Amino acid sequence: MRIERHPILTFTKGAKVQFYFEGEPLEGYEGEPIAAALHAAGIRCLRHSPVRNRPRGFFCAIGNCSSCLMVVDGVPNVRVCVEKLRAGMDVRRQKGKGDLNVSD
Amino acid sequence: MFRTELAVVGAGPAGLSAALAASECGVDTLIVDNGSTPGGQLVKQTHKFFGSKAEHAGTRGIHIARLLAGELQRSPQVEYWSESTALGYYEDQVLLVEREGRAHAVHCDALVVATGAAERHMVFPGNDLPGVYGAGAVQTLMNVHGVKPGERVLIVGAGNIGLIVSYQLLQAGVRVAAVVEASRYIGGYAVHASKLRRLSVPILTSHTVKEAHGHEQVERATVWQIDETFTGVPGTEIEFEVDVICLAVGLSPVTDLLCQIGCKMKYVPELGGYVPIRNENMQTTRSEVFVAGDASGVEEGSSAMLTGRLAGYAAAAYLGKCPDFQNKRAECQRALDALRAGPSGQKVRAGLSVVVSMEAGTC
Repeated sequence: MRIERHPILTFTKGAKVQFYFEGEPLEGYEGEPIAAALHAAGIRCLRHSPVRNRPRGFFCAIGNCSSCLMVVDGVPNVRVCVEKLRAGMDVRRQKGKGDLNVSD
Repeated sequence: MFRTELAVVGAGPAGLSAALAASECGVDTLIVDNGSTPGGQLVKQTHKFFGSKAEHAGTRGIHIARLLAGELQRSPQVEYWSESTALGYYEDQVLLVEREGRAHAVHCDALVVATGAAERHMVFPGNDLPGVYGAGAVQTLMNVHGVKPGERVLIVGAGNIGLIVSYQLLQAGVRVAAVVEASRYIGGYAVHASKLRRLSVPILTSHTVKEAHGHEQVERATVWQIDETFTGVPGTEIEFEVDVICLAVGLSPVTDLLCQIGCKMKYVPELGGYVPIRNENMQTTRSEVFVAGDASGVEEGSSAMLTGRLAGYAAAAYLGKCPDFQNKRAECQRALDALRAGPSGQKVRAGLSVVVSMEAGTC
């Protein structure tokens, strides 16, 4: 679902990197938002809502609305529409409000 | 503590213009913006702007962003903090900013709030399914990141944004099933609507979304006709096999910071929601706080640049650094009046008539 040719725009991308979605390896470009990499791989459901367990994707894509919260490298409530992709990231769908991993 | 004469929150068209105008008057300025590149929403606007030459008419939004960012780089008096979020502004003129995971206190003598606007949502069953996206989100995904939002899209709203995004989707190789518009009329410019019609995209006025269907994401949309009371007419349903429902149903000013500061606000539907009371120099009821762009009332990129410039000059005058303020003000105002002239500016003019008040400070 990447745009191959565009009459006006050219897209400069970072290095191609591997990351993990629900434990499965996927490819994306370093520095693009995690949500863009997931969307390009056909993944739109990013979490399930706290009360009715409804599937949720992003809505605003600029970090305002908090519709896209996921668990990234064990940290919940990450806005994946603005969080930049890095190699090896572990990205998981968030269920509900997400658990804080407090060690001390 | 970091000290600056002027702090500007937001590096979109309004904030950048405000910072550039103030620095032109010799004011030390800090811009704080939560995005990673300057330009705000200009960075996804591939269409050419209208208006006059001074507001870069005929230039694509993406190029205006680069022009303004270039000017920013050439202004040694402007410091720019990207990926930084303004958290609050307090009585002792301290702006609290989150940057790289740390809180920074910034003391400023004047503040311009240019926080822009947020997209509105819309009520229908299934409106929370993945695939129901704001028009700005669709633009960000395809024009900034080069990812198609879907294969086939239903656009809701035939204002300029809905029409422009429809055309941009076609340019990106995505099919547009239809544009639906609740009003009896197409709100956007005829030039945009004609482009779509030449490409056989139906524009259905007096129609809206009845329901979005899908299991884990949008798979189908039901559209129906609405009567003059905006009530759905049973029996007029049309089904569209789409994987994206793109909402272009208007914007609301982002005014959290202004509310937190305690600026007097007023609900003005014509301007998109709550906006701060201000005088004709964009000065709010808190004398050192100015507002610019969509945060002062939703208009468009060109007017954001102008209200930004006006707020920047006014802040400089407030700091005693803009001796030629009356002329500069008049120049900005003339250009704004021209943009807001005619039937398309009627709504904005009506909104401004109740919110621009001498209740606000005088610089």
